[in-house]
Amino acid sequence: MDVSEKLIFPGQKHETADGGILITKLDDAINWARANSLWPLVFGTSCCAIEMMSAADAKYDWSRFGFEVARATPRQADLIIVAGTIVMKMAPVLKRLYDQMADPKYVIAMGACTISGGPFFYNTYSVVKGVDHVIPVDVYVPGCPPRPEALLHGMIALQEKIKNETYFGKKTKEAK
Amino acid sequence: MTNEEIKLFISAHIPAAIYEETGEFLNAIIPSEELLPIMKEMRSNRDLNFDYLFCLTCIDWKDHLMMVYHLTSKKHKHTLVIKAKITDVNDPKIETVSGIWKTAIFHEREVYDLFGVTFLNHPDLRRLFLMDDWEGWPLRKNYVDENMIEI
Amino acid sequence: MGLLGEDIVTEDGEFVINMGPQHPSTHGVLHLKIWLDGETIKRVQPHLGYIHRSIEKMSENLSYRNFIFATSRMDYLSAHINNEACALCVEKGLQIEATPRAQVIRILMAELTRLASHQLWWGCTGLDLGAVTPFFYAFREREAIMGIMEETCGARLTMNYMVPGGVMYDIHPNFQNRVKEVMKQVKDNLHEYFEILTGNVIFENRTKGVGYISAEDAISYGCTGPVARASGVSCDIRKWFPYEGYDKVQFDEILDTGGDCYARYMVRMKEMLQSVSIIEQLIDNIPEGDFQAKTKNVIKLPKGEFYQRVETARGELGVFIVSDGAASPYRIKYRSPNFSNLSAIEHMAKGAKIGDLIAIMATLDLVIPDIDR
Repeated sequence: MDVSEKLIFPGQKHETADGGILITKLDDAINWARANSLWPLVFGTSCCAIEMMSAADAKYDWSRFGFEVARATPRQADLIIVAGTIVMKMAPVLKRLYDQMADPKYVIAMGACTISGGPFFYNTYSVVKGVDHVIPVDVYVPGCPPRPEALLHGMIALQEKIKNETYFGKKTKEAK
Repeated sequence: MTNEEIKLFISAHIPAAIYEETGEFLNAIIPSEELLPIMKEMRSNRDLNFDYLFCLTCIDWKDHLMMVYHLTSKKHKHTLVIKAKITDVNDPKIETVSGIWKTAIFHEREVYDLFGVTFLNHPDLRRLFLMDDWEGWPLRKNYVDENMIEI
Repeated sequence: MGLLGEDIVTEDGEFVINMGPQHPSTHGVLHLKIWLDGETIKRVQPHLGYIHRSIEKMSENLSYRNFIFATSRMDYLSAHINNEACALCVEKGLQIEATPRAQVIRILMAELTRLASHQLWWGCTGLDLGAVTPFFYAFREREAIMGIMEETCGARLTMNYMVPGGVMYDIHPNFQNRVKEVMKQVKDNLHEYFEILTGNVIFENRTKGVGYISAEDAISYGCTGPVARASGVSCDIRKWFPYEGYDKVQFDEILDTGGDCYARYMVRMKEMLQSVSIIEQLIDNIPEGDFQAKTKNVIKLPKGEFYQRVETARGELGVFIVSDGAASPYRIKYRSPNFSNLSAIEHMAKGAKIGDLIAIMATLDLVIPDIDR
């Protein structure tokens, strides 16, 4: 499937004399809308946040994929990109931010620190060894820090995941 | 002032002071009880005028704790390291210098947080980095933490 | 009830709000507790530790080659300069010097880092004060510099390029041409920076006379870098305690006497030009020779204490290594510039309006992982 095919609205078009009728499944329509307008929360704790900013700038330009509406409050965001190390003092705050977000909500763990503690795994007393101890993670993006392209790839992978969801029950198609 | 003059000055106030000159700066080791008067003198004396405390930290030597103050004078451009030896490792106490240099307010809180040194008369002595209910002093050599994975 | 479980109105009728740890203009996870009378700030109390990663403890178990990597995650916008400070401190202990070629490469890399850091700061200051366009203008040049870094060091942000005795690899064959191209681009475009933000009436009103700190207070709080220089305190380590041959290049220490947000802004803007000038002096004069001095595989420092200070984009970084003769440091202390600069925030913000706090934080140019370490 090439890219142009992916971007069109899922469903069948039936031409009629004065226009056309579009037939689609509710799931497909909802997923199409949801996947293409993910609003990330402005959340960064350390180095990865700078690469996240780079992904937002004109060179990498994540608005091509519908991510540009970065929100400062969790109540308006769908997606939390955990960019940077999470330490024990921050963990309750992150959980609280996640709880404040409205369903459906998604999490990308960006960078080695959020995946496993990364470079701060050994001999540290305050680092949470992986953000999945605190909140569920949808997509892991490795790197220290990951390049902006890697983050974009992770976000597109998340879009793919959303497109396979079913609205009622929130199970993926593979799971059925 | 040259190092020799600074040494004479300190010895006049604290005869017990010991000096080390092997490193880059002149180090003066003094007992922790005599810290505050000499520090006040360092700041206010016109010929010394150490107005900039650029580093304040602590070293755990297991049998004693060593407070390290790096001082420099913007006017005279001389540098001095004052070390205060705290012999009581179980309940270390020392006078605060935050009344002399305001930067010490944060630096002393950091030392309290990580080494457990109590600074007497400090305006706001609380944990700085760790949670208030954290147990132990992480940068002490005898710190044990079951969550810490060691290699 | 507020975040810390306390009442949000005190007995004096002051309103307590918590800014952060998740706030877009705190540049990370700084948490400020603010006591307000109406809109006027009565007290500000920074709560730190939301990104305290125990780097100092971790470094006590790493070798003298390995501990350097963690410092590029401290002040990640001056990653090169942080690495350089550690490498210099180990070299001081070993009583060796980097090779002449390595020294020049280090200065070039450090100044490129400073330039990139100031550009990011400029873009973020615009964002914080409500102007989105500066962000895109600044990242245009920043990305070009990141490209140079990537070509030579293999990483964009956390390079880990400095090693005791020199640099890890030789520069890319394309390095000199590319740097010259980017310097031309930076110089050609810098006037846009001034046109878009500096003369703007809204920007001037929000920064002039806001967040004043006097020279005496700046020294007492231990402020360094552009923050202190904007108050007229001469504190550039590159001038005072030259390292790596900074005494052989021509540049000016930028000083201002305003002491307010606008002065801090202007100091950084002028520093960008100085960095460009240093790079232009050196780019055609990289000496031939080895890029790394010969060192033993396992570095052991002699017993003693070593202190090295360098000028990062934010001020004076001190690395204090205590060695007991073993293959890893006995104790490492990083004297971070942001930590001391932040401690002056209460002094600057007292009596200002809450909106001014954003301008103060923006011009302090805080990097929170450097504060917490």
